[in-house]
Amino acid sequence: MTETTFTLPKKPNQRKVLIKRMIVLLVIVMIYFWTFSNMTINWGDIFSMRTIENIDRILPQFLQPAFSETPSILEKMVETVFIAYTGSLAAAIIAVPIAFLAASNMVKHTFWNQCGMWILGAIRAFPEIILAIIFVAAIGPNPFAGVLAIAIGSTGMLGKLYAEIIESIDMNVIEALQASGANKMQIFIYGILPQVLPEFLSYAIYRFEIDVRASSVLGIVGAGGIGMLITFAYMNRNWEEVGMILLSIIITVTIIDQISGFIRRRLV
Amino acid sequence: MHKSASFTPEGLYPRKTKLTITISIVIVSTFYLLSSIMTESFLLDLFIKMPNVFGLIGEFFPPEWSYLEEIWPKLFETIHIAIIATTVAVIISIPFSLLTANNVTTNHWLYQAMRFLLNIIRTVPDIILAVVFVGLFGIGAFSGIIALIVFAVGILVKLMSEVIESIDMNPSEAIRASGGNGLQTIYFAIVPQVLPQFISFSLYVFELNIRASLVLGLVGAGGIGQLLNKEINFFNYPAVSTIVIIVFAVVVIIDYISGKLREGLV
Repeated sequence: MTETTFTLPKKPNQRKVLIKRMIVLLVIVMIYFWTFSNMTINWGDIFSMRTIENIDRILPQFLQPAFSETPSILEKMVETVFIAYTGSLAAAIIAVPIAFLAASNMVKHTFWNQCGMWILGAIRAFPEIILAIIFVAAIGPNPFAGVLAIAIGSTGMLGKLYAEIIESIDMNVIEALQASGANKMQIFIYGILPQVLPEFLSYAIYRFEIDVRASSVLGIVGAGGIGMLITFAYMNRNWEEVGMILLSIIITVTIIDQISGFIRRRLV
Repeated sequence: MHKSASFTPEGLYPRKTKLTITISIVIVSTFYLLSSIMTESFLLDLFIKMPNVFGLIGEFFPPEWSYLEEIWPKLFETIHIAIIATTVAVIISIPFSLLTANNVTTNHWLYQAMRFLLNIIRTVPDIILAVVFVGLFGIGAFSGIIALIVFAVGILVKLMSEVIESIDMNPSEAIRASGGNGLQTIYFAIVPQVLPQFISFSLYVFELNIRASLVLGLVGAGGIGQLLNKEINFFNYPAVSTIVIIVFAVVVIIDYISGKLREGLV
């Protein structure tokens, strides 16, 4: 009998993992400690008779939407949808050149790719409401400011998604076209467009869904649409109207989601 | 020769496709014209108003750096609101996402009811939630927190239930077969499969909450938005631009950190 020595594989370094976990835990605990030690919420005010009275007063009003206001609300709701539509259509077009710039298989120059990516990233970092504030200040409180805010805000996301689509296309088609002597324009129309167009459209429609929600908020800063009515109704403590606005937003958004979902299923 | 000399090949695409494309282009552009007229927005206007825009951008500069002192407390309040709201929303959304996943909730009616409820919640814009809660609880951070919780739960449950629906059900069957009860099945079979995604989505929702909490301040639900609203009403543009720059920086930093964390997780 020979003595067999079992050589078990070495255990992975547990200590490293443990230390890493401890540090993560410590950081999380510190963040929460920082948060809760600085948060000053006046609990006495919140759980007071006033709140109960408010709930008693506001909720019944809120649940009885003011159907008499329907025409004016509907008009603003239509405006909201139009703002979203104009904005997202503009974004769907503006985003195309930037996306081609950012796609590494179209522009074979890292510097320009990085440039495109930086532009798109910078746009995405701006919340739409801030863009709306800037445009309202620049061109006055009208729907056009909302359109511009939506157009620029959507370009960031659409450009990034477009660039990803362009990078994933089949390059053999383009090589074949090049080999048979097609020029740049022909390559673009017959080689690239058919491959990317359905997905471009699908994302543009998806973005339109998001923009309808976004443009219903922009009115708060004066950029047109139903948001303006929200501000007025809220300032006048007209809860029936807030209820009615909410109802109309829910219905509109649901309808648009259904339609756009249907179109997108057909496209891709 | 059976073919005539003047033979022209048909187009690359069939006639039906061409017709569909033409009709869609016509519809899209008509709608565009209509909406341009309705919203009084013509791209030409932008060029006419360009000097105006640039003139105003000039007013935003230089930013008033001494204003930073006032920004920090409100900025931290915004981050605190987002942290608390995300935490509570994550805790609330765990049972809800289990109820909305059709492989855990086998009761068809309950599943459909939950789905319907969440679809409705997700269509409510965050600003309306803020308006309602400010009305109920008064001006302050608490209303903002509650509004963000509702807003975040809607998104989280939707994302999470999709992840739960796509998991491998064999481990949970194995645990059931060896006599595990419902809780044990969830803990040993479902949790390990969904935890990385769950943390990743929580970080994503935290990013969204930071952005949303800016908006909430505009209606008095606490945070830096309140400051922004005040300065805009006073036409104090240098201060506004300071706030915008700080917000931009914070959003970029938080997106970057959470992006890195999420890459490490999934």
